[in-house]
Amino acid sequence: MDFFLSALDYLLGIPVLGWGTQIGFVYKALALLVGLLIFTAFILLGDRKVWAAVQMRRGPNVVGPFGLLQSFADLIKFAVKEAVIPAGADKVMFLLAPLITATLALAGWAVVPVDNGWAMANINIGILYLLGISSLGVYGVIIGGWASNSKYPFLGALRSAAQMVSYEVSIGLVIITVLLCVGSLNLNDIVIAQTEMGLAHSLGVPWLSFLNWFWLPLFPMFVVFYISALAETNRPPFDMVEGESELVAGFMTEYSSTPYLLFMLGEYISILLMCAMTTVLFLGGWASPIDLPPFTWIPGLIWFFIKVTLVFFMFAMAKAIVPRYRYDQLMRIGWKLFLPLSLIMVVIVAFVLQLTGWGWHGGVA
Amino acid sequence: MTLPLFFFYVFAAITVAAAFMVISARNPVHAVLFLILTFVNAAGLFMLAGAEFLALLLIVVYVGAVAVLFLFVVMMLDVDFAELKSGLLAYAPVGMLVGGILFLELLLVAGSFVIAPDVVGAGGLPIDATVDNTRALGQVLYTRYVFLFQGAAAVLLVAMIGAIVLTLRHRPGIKRQSTASQLARKPSETVRNVKVKSGQGL
Repeated sequence: MDFFLSALDYLLGIPVLGWGTQIGFVYKALALLVGLLIFTAFILLGDRKVWAAVQMRRGPNVVGPFGLLQSFADLIKFAVKEAVIPAGADKVMFLLAPLITATLALAGWAVVPVDNGWAMANINIGILYLLGISSLGVYGVIIGGWASNSKYPFLGALRSAAQMVSYEVSIGLVIITVLLCVGSLNLNDIVIAQTEMGLAHSLGVPWLSFLNWFWLPLFPMFVVFYISALAETNRPPFDMVEGESELVAGFMTEYSSTPYLLFMLGEYISILLMCAMTTVLFLGGWASPIDLPPFTWIPGLIWFFIKVTLVFFMFAMAKAIVPRYRYDQLMRIGWKLFLPLSLIMVVIVAFVLQLTGWGWHGGVA
Repeated sequence: MTLPLFFFYVFAAITVAAAFMVISARNPVHAVLFLILTFVNAAGLFMLAGAEFLALLLIVVYVGAVAVLFLFVVMMLDVDFAELKSGLLAYAPVGMLVGGILFLELLLVAGSFVIAPDVVGAGGLPIDATVDNTRALGQVLYTRYVFLFQGAAAVLLVAMIGAIVLTLRHRPGIKRQSTASQLARKPSETVRNVKVKSGQGL
């Protein structure tokens, strides 16, 4: 009985009405989920619009004003069409793969602080959790490609296995350089560290807070992280996994209707997760870029999503203007360029921090 | 029953069931996927025990990297299940004999295992509840056990170099892309403008 009461309180409590002692987890999760899905729908449209604009087309402009409702029309179309499962496919695995992709992508958002302390779970090892979740993302692709029992999906799955594992390494090392400066694995702490120390503080202009953020002192790592995030999420120019000129649609070739929708959704949400990670690690999370009244009136939540959108805009531009890499070039960049570069940076950053005593030291020093 | 206890039973039950499925699954790919499920649930058990750092390292290292490569290899194998099963009965007595001997040895070891009374508590470190997991681990690893830690790292490095040396073959006479020389090229050295008269060609 005690167990049920505590579980009920944790999940469904509404303190305003006198039920339970805390706001129920279910409501928070639903708010995040719905907000995120609507945000994703418009981000998807924005991606297509940017792509179209670069190619001097109009992009989707039929459904709703300026095509604003295009993603919802797509959603309905995917949901009501028939799901085709190939005869030779491993049925359970075939349907499990898109679920894994979508669930993992959403699970990552549980630890992202969208405002000060506004995270589903403000855990001490948030950044490690994000690294773990993004490293699991490869399973949806591999299982999907294998279960389709078809040549092109399988080739796509094989490519993704090597690609995503390789770029995780450089992402991990980039994260380590940031963690050396912060001294904590908590995502909330990482953002707070960027507001409490940095170049603007040492120059005596603390209101120019965008100079405090880590993109400036760790600029090479910012670039490495951005490119690795493109590769980790299979975004163009690194979308060898689904390169349509070689593999039809890669691991998604055999998918249709709702399973395809889940793959698509999972892919975009994990891209947004990477954008959110970039924002938290390098762009000061929810903090406003200039610490003066007109900017500080805007809530941190809005700033966070503005920054995520900006990073996503960079992703969209890369998709629009950079030609697809060759597979061996991709591997060369990952192992021969980014890995040594980020490894050397870890050593350099550690040296500088030790010599100058700079750094946030987990907020305790 | 408290919430952590409830989750302990959930994770423990799934871990044991998935571990059993690893050896009983007919399809090797399914077996590897069950192995991954076992890893994930073991990570959940670590998390319940308060070892959050270890739990996530298990996920990042084993599930995120090692098991991916494992799955990669198993997927590429073309295993004929009928052939695999046909030899099963012939080897069963030998397998049971080996298994029985191992089980007896385990019983003997477990039955005679004693901790010397003067060792108890000497090797342990006090746990400080106010310091979080990662920091506590770092403080022990880089102070008290720094040489062992470095030694382990050196062993791993040697293993890595060994693996590369064993598989690396320099094949002569192969054309490789040299990015440096490609980037060092200048337009003036390689491109020349030519006026071509129409109908004549070069």
